[in-house]
Amino acid sequence: MMAAREVAIVAFAQSPSVRREWARDDVELLLPVIQDALSQAGVRKEEIGFTASGSSDFVTGLPFSFVLALDAVGACPAIEETHVEMDGAWALYEACVRLSLGDVDTALVYAFGRSSLGEPRDVLGMQLDPYYVAPLAPDAISLAALQARALLDSGRATERALAEVAARSRRNARSNPNAQLSGDMVPETLLEAPYFIAPLRRHDCPPISDGAVAMVLAVGDKARAASSRPAWIRGVDHRIEPHGLGMRDLTRSPSTALAAANAGVAQGKVDVAELHAPFTHQELILREALGLDGDVDINPSGGALAANPLMSAGLIRIGEAALRIMNGSAHRAVAHATSGPCLQQNLVCVLEADS
Amino acid sequence: MRHCAVIGVGQSRHAARRDDVSLAGLVREAVDRALSDAALTLEDIDAVVLGKAPDMFEGVMMPELYLADCLGAGGKPLLRVHTAGSVGGSTAIMAVNLIRAGIHARVLAVAFEKQSESDAMWALSPKYPFQPPLLAGAGGYFAPLVRAYIRRSGAPPDIGVRVAVKDRKHALLNPYAHLHLRDISTEAVANSAMIWDPLRYLETCPSSDGACAMVLTNDEAARRVPGPVAWVRATSMRSEPTMFAGRDQVNPQAGRDCAAALYKLAGITSPRREVDVAELYVPFSWFEPMWLENLGFAERDEGWRMTADGATELGGSLPVNPSGGVLSTNPIGASGMLRFAEAALQVRGLAGAHQVDGAKVALGHAYGGGSQFFSMWIVARQQL
Repeated sequence: MMAAREVAIVAFAQSPSVRREWARDDVELLLPVIQDALSQAGVRKEEIGFTASGSSDFVTGLPFSFVLALDAVGACPAIEETHVEMDGAWALYEACVRLSLGDVDTALVYAFGRSSLGEPRDVLGMQLDPYYVAPLAPDAISLAALQARALLDSGRATERALAEVAARSRRNARSNPNAQLSGDMVPETLLEAPYFIAPLRRHDCPPISDGAVAMVLAVGDKARAASSRPAWIRGVDHRIEPHGLGMRDLTRSPSTALAAANAGVAQGKVDVAELHAPFTHQELILREALGLDGDVDINPSGGALAANPLMSAGLIRIGEAALRIMNGSAHRAVAHATSGPCLQQNLVCVLEADS
Repeated sequence: MRHCAVIGVGQSRHAARRDDVSLAGLVREAVDRALSDAALTLEDIDAVVLGKAPDMFEGVMMPELYLADCLGAGGKPLLRVHTAGSVGGSTAIMAVNLIRAGIHARVLAVAFEKQSESDAMWALSPKYPFQPPLLAGAGGYFAPLVRAYIRRSGAPPDIGVRVAVKDRKHALLNPYAHLHLRDISTEAVANSAMIWDPLRYLETCPSSDGACAMVLTNDEAARRVPGPVAWVRATSMRSEPTMFAGRDQVNPQAGRDCAAALYKLAGITSPRREVDVAELYVPFSWFEPMWLENLGFAERDEGWRMTADGATELGGSLPVNPSGGVLSTNPIGASGMLRFAEAALQVRGLAGAHQVDGAKVALGHAYGGGSQFFSMWIVARQQL
């Protein structure tokens, strides 16, 4: 989708991702993040025309977990607001659609996920076909391992290439104060680690993270007023694939390729890409699907391998990409978010500075 | 902004248990009927928006992922909306926005709930930390609001019974309704067990398995449809927090603001005169008079008079829930979309035995959470 109006990200705030948020509930986690985003944009909450959020009841372990989160917005008097039971990246898509209609000029998008409240690899297993697959109880890491094995068997990746992704992600995360895991690592040492679920080692898998994220979007001159260098959303698109693991080639991501074509990824040089790849091998699949060449700076934030709050990690990718535009370190960026087992659903967003 | 129209409506057979279908089978029943109504196939659909209430009802996390196959969504965009009880309405509004923004020409909006796969009473009684565990299902939350309404409006005690009898009688005219209570009567309702004082068993919605689907298109595509279409004149949504000092939960500001915005967009100055039929989200009988006030059809504390006068019956001056409403059919995630869809059927003149004669303008209404999320639309036979 190319928005009918010029829409930009003008503010981005996130909580540090931590292994377990003991002290604060969802509202307390979100409050400072939302306040930070609004204050960066210089926008009062009353001026926000549309609010959309992303989260998941299964992550929180409570039905209607998004209901109380609304307290963090201070929605009084009443606001125009909605929620997707998806990663917040799709809430951003919904906000872009709403801003396209022309009667609303600013939007607040937020997401939260306290993955530590459950056992994410088992919780995510509940996403599977409830009749034929879920009763077999495959967990999310085992499914990713299946995908990694298929990729290695295809000859298009090696275990060393996976280790290189992990090492670079952890190294990049050293400059990200919100990352959960970081460190100076080399592939050789990583390859000496035992398998976790073969062929994946622990460093090939994401950490369990709690975190929250908020963003302010604005159109045209409103965006220029709110930010000296807005990150313009030049294209955003998302596509899903069949659910059945036997119905798709797990070593490729045609939905990412299609979303990338619709978002216009190839219509210019990409400086930086933030890819929502919770597993090392998924970054390799995504880079190929997005057609990113070797000189693109991939996941300078450290990506989901360094911090992976469920339902927020995709929106954080868009925020991190926007940050690179807003701080002048990139001119054109690609952000990606994923949902579902083995990259079933994917969203691609192209961001640009004013030329 | 482009115009948007409903060209296809479908719903499943609703029942307390649909053991004959899977989740996918239930959803496809509604989708196939909506596509057939629109004379389209899944291949013609550009994008899908799926809504349902909490995932814990069926125990499938983000069921849109599993349902992508049965929705023919492979290679297409699929969005999953969840705004509690108002979700069916919000889902339709998301689909409308995709059309109006010119992003897609044909969008499929789908909502469902298979309540038999869970225990709704349990799922609707969340235990939040630091909150008193007073929530005994949805009725436990809403009964005190009903008591407050009765006290402050001075409504006679039989209003709830009248709504319950009326909606169940309407349901007898709707072949898709879950409850077909042929021997419904004032006595039967008044003598049924007290569940959440003052709400009796027969003043309460059932737990249903069911699905609803709609095909929405833009101006161009809608004009090629041979049959009647329902033009979406206006949509609106409002949310407010569950609790804040001075919140009026009986007549929430969010609902009043939502209705005011809706009428303004639809060019309606006197809703009581200009709306021909309303499908309101009434899961407990007394919410009919409460929402009549909240929606501006009656003055504050006067809504019950419309019920008492028979204005809200089929044949009355403002028929409310001719389909039988949520009191007769309640697959929670789909209940809001059913209200929207029934409003569309009315202005298309396709509501069958529960058709309101000459209905030209209809209101679809949904609410959710602790009376805090609202979504509404006005559909009409003619474009604005």
